[in-house]
Amino acid sequence: MSALEIREVRKDFGSTRVLKDVSLAIDSGEFLILVGPSGCGKSTLMNAIAGLEPVTGGQILIGGDDITWRTPAERDIAMVFQSYALYPSMTVRQNIAFGLEMRKVPKAEREQAVERVADLLQITHLLERKPAQLSGGQRQRVAMGRALAREPQIYLFDEPLSNLDAKLRVEMRTEIKKLHQRLGTTIVYVTHDQIEAMTLADSIAVMRDGHILQLGSPDEVYNDPVDMFVAGFMGSPSMNFITATLEGQLGDYRLRIATPEEQELVLPWPADRITGELADHLGQPVVLGLRPEHFSEQDARLEGQQEGTLLEARVTVVEPTGADILLRLPLGDSEVTARVGPKCPVAAGERLALRIDMSRAVLFDPQSESRLA
Amino acid sequence: MDNVIRRRTPGARLARAALYAVLIVAALFYLLPLVIMLLTSIKPLDEIGAGTLLALPQHPTLAPWITAWGEACTGMRCEGVGGYFWNSFAIVIPAVAISTVVGALNGYALTKWRFRGSELVFALMLFGCFIPFQVVLLPMAQTLGWLGLSSSRAGLVLVHVVFGIAFTTLFFRNFYVAVPSELVSAAKLDGAGFFRIFWRILLPVSAPIIVVSVIWQFTQIWNDFLFGVAFSAHDTQPVTVALNNLVNTSTGVKEYNVNMAAAMIAALPTLVVYVLAGKYFVRGLTAGSVKG
Ligand SMILES: Nc1ncnc2c1ncn2[C@@H]1O[C@H](COP(=O)(O)OP(=O)(O)O)[C@@H](O)[C@H]1O
Ligand SMILES: [Mg+2]
Repeated sequence: MSALEIREVRKDFGSTRVLKDVSLAIDSGEFLILVGPSGCGKSTLMNAIAGLEPVTGGQILIGGDDITWRTPAERDIAMVFQSYALYPSMTVRQNIAFGLEMRKVPKAEREQAVERVADLLQITHLLERKPAQLSGGQRQRVAMGRALAREPQIYLFDEPLSNLDAKLRVEMRTEIKKLHQRLGTTIVYVTHDQIEAMTLADSIAVMRDGHILQLGSPDEVYNDPVDMFVAGFMGSPSMNFITATLEGQLGDYRLRIATPEEQELVLPWPADRITGELADHLGQPVVLGLRPEHFSEQDARLEGQQEGTLLEARVTVVEPTGADILLRLPLGDSEVTARVGPKCPVAAGERLALRIDMSRAVLFDPQSESRLA
Repeated sequence: MDNVIRRRTPGARLARAALYAVLIVAALFYLLPLVIMLLTSIKPLDEIGAGTLLALPQHPTLAPWITAWGEACTGMRCEGVGGYFWNSFAIVIPAVAISTVVGALNGYALTKWRFRGSELVFALMLFGCFIPFQVVLLPMAQTLGWLGLSSSRAGLVLVHVVFGIAFTTLFFRNFYVAVPSELVSAAKLDGAGFFRIFWRILLPVSAPIIVVSVIWQFTQIWNDFLFGVAFSAHDTQPVTVALNNLVNTSTGVKEYNVNMAAAMIAALPTLVVYVLAGKYFVRGLTAGSVKG
């Protein structure tokens, strides 16, 4: 039995359908991330789960109970909002205790719960303050404390970190992960930040235009994307898409990439990655997806021992990030990003030999944008 | 003024002095009627005829005030405006309280519990702000008759509440629109209901707009004459109507000092309210969202 199950949920605002038959299920203790571009319906789905917006169709089940038409209060859900939504007239202590008070928990127990979460989140010294007297990071903690105090079955986080500055965001991210590992809570967490998604999730649901495109582990979503949108959305810098022509015969496929300046580049498609669909696309254009880390610099000492196809190109831009170097170079009719080691001796305008690891490359249909292999 | 810091040149000082001079003159000009009323109200009758309007009283006296309060004739009776002064309070206080509470609940429901057609309801309410009083006199008289509230204080309270709700709803609606709805969502998830959320979350941050609503309603209802004259009987008249009767009662010489004293008495509560709470009024009107 799933902790939370969503069955073909639809939501219309007037005549616009914002959620289109969304289905998903998560187990108790699981950390699910909803990720997608702004406006794709993430908050709407969260509000539907919380009962703040009635759904147009479909069902929502918590622990096997159909709660589609229960009020928010009856759902045993706590939510952390992007704006934190702390009650401005109440102290931190009252904010945290409010949910328990509404549920008629005796005062002594409420106090205990406040102490517990304040201790957990290290906000004990802030308990008597009003929200206006807190910094952004402190408010964030209080908002989490308010959710934790009630110990609900499910926690919803709607972009909880997006109002924090970059450094604090990374800190809080780690802290949320620790909390989840420690408390084993069931969490649905919305973000449009794919790094947050990759680092926190047990599973990721990638959304677009009210659909869930893919639901899978971070590894699946990153390395085995169902279409070009998911592939391009996850990962930073994002995946390179290169137009190529699929050639060859059964069991021996090649990708021919027309390069304007020089001779054509031909990349062999790994034999163990051949799918039935490829045969239908022989002689037709396909889109080759290569992540920046699928490129690596040619090491002179390992001449002839390295795997992968060799590519030689003139580097147009060199962007050292510290941990590694991002290179921009032309490939086919577009420019691609490659990630190489921080010591790679290359300057803009120079020619560089790179290896392409085709074993992790992916292929898409240029029309439907869906995955071919 | 701009926010640029620069040295004060003599020219700038002069311009500033001229500016203040103009402002002071304008302020004095607006104060003049009040000053004349006050001066006249403490002069004996013979001094009024003899001196100019602005002459200071030679023998200041509170007699006109005492007469105005307790003895002056308003129509048939000669009991002063004192009783009607309390009448006004008896009408204004419940009317202000009820219209403010209802306006607050309306504003809360219209912004935080949107329902199908809530925008239309609001538009209609807004329309209520523009209905001229005269238009409703007859239907209202009819309605009060049906309700058995003709010529009663309760009837006047009802009329003022009905008219006031349009304004108070507008005030509270515009204030609550700026209060983040996520506060209400959070409270719903915490298990609070409609009234609990209003009482515990919204109301504690509503002080600025409550002040606006109270001042506005108090001034409007206290100063009302038309409804007062149309829907009251002799012993339920508000002070504005009594003042009118007092001034228009023509027996013998016109006692300008008594008239002025009565007018001062009738104007005093709104003056006091404005002096005490005026700055909160301006602050409340410009108050934006609640900083959480
Ligand atoms: N109350 C509403 N009325 C009408 N349209 C809405 C409402 N709430 C959201 N929408 C629309 O639904 C879409 C999804 O919004 P939302 O769920 O907030 O997106 P996200 O959280 O993914 O950025 C948007 O196009 C938005 O304009
Ligand atoms: Mg959102």
